[in-house]
Amino acid sequence: MRDVSIIGIGQTPVGEHWNRSLRHLAYDAIAAAMQDAGIERADALYVGNMLSGEISGQSHLGPLIADFAGLRGIEAVKIEGACAGGAAAVRIGYLAVASGLQDIVICAGVEKMTDEVGSRLTSALAQAADADHETVHGISFVALNALLMRRYMYEYGVRHEDFAGFAINSHANAVGNPNAMFRRPITLEAFKRAGMVAAPINLLDSSPMADGAAAVILCPSEQAREFTDDAVRIAASAMATDSLSLHDRHDPLWLQAAQDSARRAYRQAGVGPADIDLFELHDAFTIMAALSLEATGFADRGRGWQLAANGDIRPDGRIPICTMGGLKARGHPVGATGVYQIVEAVQQLRGKAGDCQIPNVHLAMTQNIGGSGATIVTHILEGG
Amino acid sequence: MGIARDWRLRSQRYALVGEICDDCGRKIFPPRDVCPYCAEEAQTPFHFSGRGEIYSHTTIYNPPAGFEEFAPYTVALVKLEEGPLVTAQLTDVDPQEIAIGQPVEMVTRKIREEGPEGLIVYGYKFRPRLQAA
Ligand SMILES: [Zn+2]
Repeated sequence: MRDVSIIGIGQTPVGEHWNRSLRHLAYDAIAAAMQDAGIERADALYVGNMLSGEISGQSHLGPLIADFAGLRGIEAVKIEGACAGGAAAVRIGYLAVASGLQDIVICAGVEKMTDEVGSRLTSALAQAADADHETVHGISFVALNALLMRRYMYEYGVRHEDFAGFAINSHANAVGNPNAMFRRPITLEAFKRAGMVAAPINLLDSSPMADGAAAVILCPSEQAREFTDDAVRIAASAMATDSLSLHDRHDPLWLQAAQDSARRAYRQAGVGPADIDLFELHDAFTIMAALSLEATGFADRGRGWQLAANGDIRPDGRIPICTMGGLKARGHPVGATGVYQIVEAVQQLRGKAGDCQIPNVHLAMTQNIGGSGATIVTHILEGG
Repeated sequence: MGIARDWRLRSQRYALVGEICDDCGRKIFPPRDVCPYCAEEAQTPFHFSGRGEIYSHTTIYNPPAGFEEFAPYTVALVKLEEGPLVTAQLTDVDPQEIAIGQPVEMVTRKIREEGPEGLIVYGYKFRPRLQAA
């Protein structure tokens, strides 16, 4: 197996792109990443996406986007893993380059969500759950997270406002990110007063749906110098799965796939949680941030919320998370989110994260969660 | 989803029929072909009692398509007496009075209407169980 590095990144701002379609958004991110890497061709394109069939009536994204980006003829395919499709596409690209079968690979994530609204968008997102045994009962994606959060609060004796630090941190960090959707801080009072979505989850527990696309260019580490002095090595790449439905988990309050993928990643990189300088985790809802911190070894079981309450997750804390706004404030274009996380980690490792820069970053971890925890992809990236 | 798809699931939807694993003895719902605990084949039917308690719950105000007429409605994870968790709606209950640990029992109700013909899909919901005097 060969070492793999990231030699280029690209992203569109996250938001409501009324004048850009799915293919345009993907092109914008891919073109930016190719320019950043200084390449004009690639061997393969892997596109992370969840909802193109449901929202845009468009499947078969591989050739569509390859052709639209001027890459007609190359190997290209869509990778789907609900909200984890983005990082899954990077994982597949990593396998392709590490195996020696491909040299220059583009991994993109794209989602066009604002062409659909209301109950039909809610239905499309709920397809991440079990159609026969969850969604048939009218469950929504928010509701699954609400079931988890209520049980968590009950078992561990945690109040709703104890989760506020996650949303406050993400919003504060997004202020410095020009690509973030919500670049304004929020207060504890605002968190406590926010409108209820599905109790106990309110609007400020929840990440916003949005359009967006991001891309990275991978190549063998031994060739990276030919393209850039700013290469970032993929020190570890791991994916794990769990039961699709929440009710089939042996332990619903434990993200087993988060633990499994993180353990594999730590082993591959030869590091542990104490070595990680920042963590771009999947704060689709505040409860997911707490569960992710627990399963990856940054907090004991039932204590993930304490890292938000005591400031450990802030830019100057023990383990900064969501350093450019996270899903909560950068925005959550579902199938693109995992690629945004990796792009942001690369910005940090290059020392080019602008006002969001965390000092002395050497190792960054990203974790992208699909559904209520059924597909989880963890990467560890190492700066030069 | 279509008539055939709902028809295939009728015994689990109407009668809460799952499976018991011949190897490890665990009871399984919803039914599947392989035991999720010991990975042996599990195809022996088992009728669940329909009794359980609320493991967690929430109320949905922004429903997926097809459920607008029911909103707001309450969904729960119900811990069945025999072990498994099941996802279902609660019915015949005031959302303000639901609590974790509350005893519930299964009833058959209309779950939703599907497609332009308004095909009615029936299945299990749970309602508060009267405590034995
Ligand atoms: Zn068994």
